[in-house]
Amino acid sequence: MEPVERVPRHFQEELEQLKTRLLEMGGLAEENVRLAVQGLVEPDRAVIDRVLSGDEPVNRLHVEIDGRCFRLLALFQPMAADLRTIVAAVKINTDLERVGDLAVNIAQAASRYSAHAPVKKLIDIPLMAEIAQNMLRDALDAFVRHDLELAQHVLDEDDRLDALKTQIFRELLTYMLQDPTKIEPALDLILVSRHLERIGDHATNVAEDVIFIVSARDVRHPGTQDKT
Amino acid sequence: MLLTATLAPSVTVAPGDPQTAHAQPPKIDVSGVNFYYGAHRVLQDISLKIQPNQVTAFIGPSGCGKSTFLRSLNRMNDIIPGARVEGTVLVDGVNIYAPSVDVVALRRKVGMVFQKSNPFPKSIFENVAYGLRINRMTTSKEEMSGRVEASLKSAALWDEVKDRLHTSALALSGGQQQRLCIARALAIEPDILLMDEPASALDPIATQRIEELIYQLKSRYTIVIVTHNMQQAARVSNTTAFFWLGRLIEADRTDKIFTAPSEKLTEDYVTGRFG
Repeated sequence: MEPVERVPRHFQEELEQLKTRLLEMGGLAEENVRLAVQGLVEPDRAVIDRVLSGDEPVNRLHVEIDGRCFRLLALFQPMAADLRTIVAAVKINTDLERVGDLAVNIAQAASRYSAHAPVKKLIDIPLMAEIAQNMLRDALDAFVRHDLELAQHVLDEDDRLDALKTQIFRELLTYMLQDPTKIEPALDLILVSRHLERIGDHATNVAEDVIFIVSARDVRHPGTQDKT
Repeated sequence: MLLTATLAPSVTVAPGDPQTAHAQPPKIDVSGVNFYYGAHRVLQDISLKIQPNQVTAFIGPSGCGKSTFLRSLNRMNDIIPGARVEGTVLVDGVNIYAPSVDVVALRRKVGMVFQKSNPFPKSIFENVAYGLRINRMTTSKEEMSGRVEASLKSAALWDEVKDRLHTSALALSGGQQQRLCIARALAIEPDILLMDEPASALDPIATQRIEELIYQLKSRYTIVIVTHNMQQAARVSNTTAFFWLGRLIEADRTDKIFTAPSEKLTEDYVTGRFG
């Protein structure tokens, strides 16, 4: 095939700006997760408060990105990969906003937890946090680079996170059975592990969207796809 | 008559062909078509099956050969000096380029609507009645009136013109004139309707009416439309074929072409990266 002359378009600039905004939002959400877990583990009241009051920039970006997507769809009627990118951006936007909310939920649990004596030394929760943050970062890198392999890696990592959550639950259950005074703080730790697992799920959603953008394959819910 | 002969004995559909989903044999089956204007080859090895009672849209940049290909489906190119076709175009299994084919009968079966509405400088009634008259398709005045009315109704024009059938067609608006041309094409009862950018000269409301009409007509006719407007192709067609430099790059379900085309060239075209 002969090379095709490429016409630079205003639309491509808009699309780049949209991607930049999504990355910015992902960065903020990820940072809030990091801080919330740090506030729990250290524990550090000031850091917890920062997360509790710092949700605003993520929410602002959430609204702004939706507006951009809406406008691009209306004004440019994009097709094919461009259409897939914008539809995926709307979904990724929602996932990232939920990650921001979960960071706040973790900070709330950390705030309650700090009022009690520590249940135990926290090892698996920081590990979960690290995995979840890496998944989120990798999913966004895959989005920017159109990297299918990295997106698949994110999907694979989700199993580790689920396994850790189950392990944490079992371990804390024994603490609660042995000492009823630990029930309340232990429940908060279980909640935190659940929030981190949910963050992994949102990173997984983003990775699935990346696969959709790049290859037009819908890899969610295998077996339910309509093949028409 | 030759054109109503039975179907070709077998129609093979390649595995993976997007049209295998349709159980019916194709209405139009084009294979290995090359088209020349003198020494210049403007269509290269085109093969395509067009399904009955569906809308098939041809898209592609100017000069890609889509209009030439459309016109080759009812031999409208025959009158161009130096034009030459290789390959076969089967309509209902009959090769329309076979020497024995009656071209007038072919064009009655495969009607055409053009970009610029071209009503005759006659009354609205006479525009629609003209084809019926020259083809001697009616035997009485009543039958003629009935056919004209039915055609105008099919073209969604009847209500607007029923009280002024004997006034000049040239007084109609652009959109009405285009629907009149569709009524004129429908009057002689074609099976297939070829439309070459039928709405490109119309305003958005008139365009919408034509598109709605195409949607309604496809249950009775096989429609092939050439359009420069990709959104229009996306809105009205079941199958979209993308042409580029005289070649058919990709033909597939319209939703597939506009959401996830298989070919990079199609992707670049529908996302506006060239053309």
